Amino acid sequence: MRVNKRVVLAVLMLFMLGVVAGCGASQEPTGENAAPEKATVVEKIPVGINVELSGAVASYGSNARNGAILAIEEINQAGGVLGKQLEPLERDCQSKPDEAMNLSAKLVGEKIVAQIGPLVSGAVAGCTPVMMKNQIPLIAPAATAVNATVDENTGKTRDYIFRVCFLDSDQASRMAEFALKELKVKNAVIFGSTSDEYAKGLAKYFKEAFEAGGGKIIDEEGYVNGDQDFKATLTKIKGKNPEFIYVPGYYKEVSILIKQARDLGIKVPIAGGDGWDSPDMVKVAGAAALNNTYFTNHYSVEDPAPAIQAFVKAYQDKYDKVPDAFAALGYDSAKLLAQAIKDAGAADPQKVTEALAKIKDFPAITGTMSINEKHNPVKKIVVIEFKDGKLVSR
Amino acid sequence: MQEFMQQMINGLSLGAIYALIALGYTMVYGIIMLINFAHGDIMMVGAYVGFFSIAVLGSNIIAALLFAMLSCAALGVIIEKIAYKPLRNSTRIAALITAIGVSLLLEYVTIFFLTPDQRVFPESAFPLHNYEIAGLVISNKDIFIFVLAILLMLILQYIIKKTRTGKAMRAVSQDPEAAILMGISVDKIISVTFAIGSALAAAAGVMIGLYYNTINPLMGIIPGLKAFVAAVLGGIGIIPGAMVGGFLMGILETMVSGYGSSLYRDAVAFGVLILILLIKPTGLFGKNTGEKV
Repeated sequence: MRVNKRVVLAVLMLFMLGVVAGCGASQEPTGENAAPEKATVVEKIPVGINVELSGAVASYGSNARNGAILAIEEINQAGGVLGKQLEPLERDCQSKPDEAMNLSAKLVGEKIVAQIGPLVSGAVAGCTPVMMKNQIPLIAPAATAVNATVDENTGKTRDYIFRVCFLDSDQASRMAEFALKELKVKNAVIFGSTSDEYAKGLAKYFKEAFEAGGGKIIDEEGYVNGDQDFKATLTKIKGKNPEFIYVPGYYKEVSILIKQARDLGIKVPIAGGDGWDSPDMVKVAGAAALNNTYFTNHYSVEDPAPAIQAFVKAYQDKYDKVPDAFAALGYDSAKLLAQAIKDAGAADPQKVTEALAKIKDFPAITGTMSINEKHNPVKKIVVIEFKDGKLVSR
Repeated sequence: MQEFMQQMINGLSLGAIYALIALGYTMVYGIIMLINFAHGDIMMVGAYVGFFSIAVLGSNIIAALLFAMLSCAALGVIIEKIAYKPLRNSTRIAALITAIGVSLLLEYVTIFFLTPDQRVFPESAFPLHNYEIAGLVISNKDIFIFVLAILLMLILQYIIKKTRTGKAMRAVSQDPEAAILMGISVDKIISVTFAIGSALAAAAGVMIGLYYNTINPLMGIIPGLKAFVAAVLGGIGIIPGAMVGGFLMGILETMVSGYGSSLYRDAVAFGVLILILLIKPTGLFGKNTGEKV
């Protein structure tokens, strides 16, 4: 019995420790209430950059971070926002949603005006409750899942979550429209990855849009990420004589797939989404095989527009590599935030949130955008064509 | 009909690769009753050695192939000496788990030093050329892989059936203790088996690199598993069985993708494994011998 009492006591002590720790946590909001008075004194505006600098999608996060830092440096050199300098607070969420959430909570404690990142929809979802509770806006550079900004159960827009990238449904329907109207094809085969939600979503939305536009899907096939041999299915597809093949997936498999398709004598246009965006496409498939292939993307490095070329040059000067779509989206996220702070007239999270929701015709690298009522950007999606190994926007 | 013939060509070139990997599985199993799960990863190391000798040393494809085969033969012997030999008298499950450990070690050491990114096999090493015969597309790579696989299998058959080493290997396989009594060095024979098996895996690795243009540190897992199924299909431990199993597996997969649905391809491949184990556990070429107790 005695032992039992001790155990009870130990549990009680642990419980009390928990209560004390809980008190520590609940003190944060009180500290925050005191923040506005402090903010008038501080000459810097802290901006949280919570992205994947290591782990599975490290290349997405690091490139977006590079883009955002470049934008912030440009803004600061031009005199900052409202006379104050932006101060980036970089954090690495290690490509883990739970780590992203913990870092968000810490960044909130550091009085950030807004958070940029994470890149992946799942990690954004991890941060969402923290941002909503503390009423601080989050700008997601590349979260393409529909429910990132909208609660799918209630259909309500998440007040503090915004994004600068297009949705998968948008890019799939853009490609369907491009195939029907500009390539003038009447039927298509879908041959996409079945291992991830991204590719499955694209296939579904493409089918809906293509059929709604009067086209006919004559076959649907799939592969698994990691596959290297697509010849059997391609031979089958060839036998059906389609006019167009839609291949939603990532460059790793798609590059091999296109090469094998061309080897088998399939000459029709092949198209896909932003997962195709990689220098490996040309290296693996070869320039000749890629002719007559198209993909939807956030922007094109080859776009001759002066603003885009200035960005590409600045990025190359600083990082010694060509900016990919994630770099451009990171850059746009930071520039969009600066615009919102300017519009709000104060570095106050609540006012900045209201300003973000009202953004109209903002000239971003990834296309002039307006934020709609679902906190998604409305912008034109570029279709990029491979021409002799070069990317040409259509 | 034309589409069917094209699918046969696709199936044979895929099957040639499975057959080469399956040979290594079967040889090692035949001698020491160990399913060497690191075999697919030795293939991956072979692909990397081939890649670096072409891309960095600038050697031609034959030299790269030989270099990869030699390096992996050495690697196979080292792995056997360090990881498997101390466990030779332990339970079979201990050796099996060690094999899985070696497999993971090879994968993640490669990732650590060479990053998880895929690498593009230099196209210049073996430029593609397509031949069109009566509407069928056959590439020089298809022919190369098929001929090389058959050639290596014939050499292997010769070594096992006609040479002294081969005779010793068969002896060890039948009864290791009796083989020792006959003056055969079992350790040496096991080393030779690992060397030959790993060299064949390296050849398969370089061929995969050539054929699909890309290599990555985890490329050995799925082909390794499929080749294992092929070895079981033919009758594990039986060399002609591994060849036939490999080709059957390649053709089966191709036909499922071509005439059924590509989504069921892997389900059918591993379904076949379950069926064989249920109906004829010794495989197509296996004899039903009662286990000695």
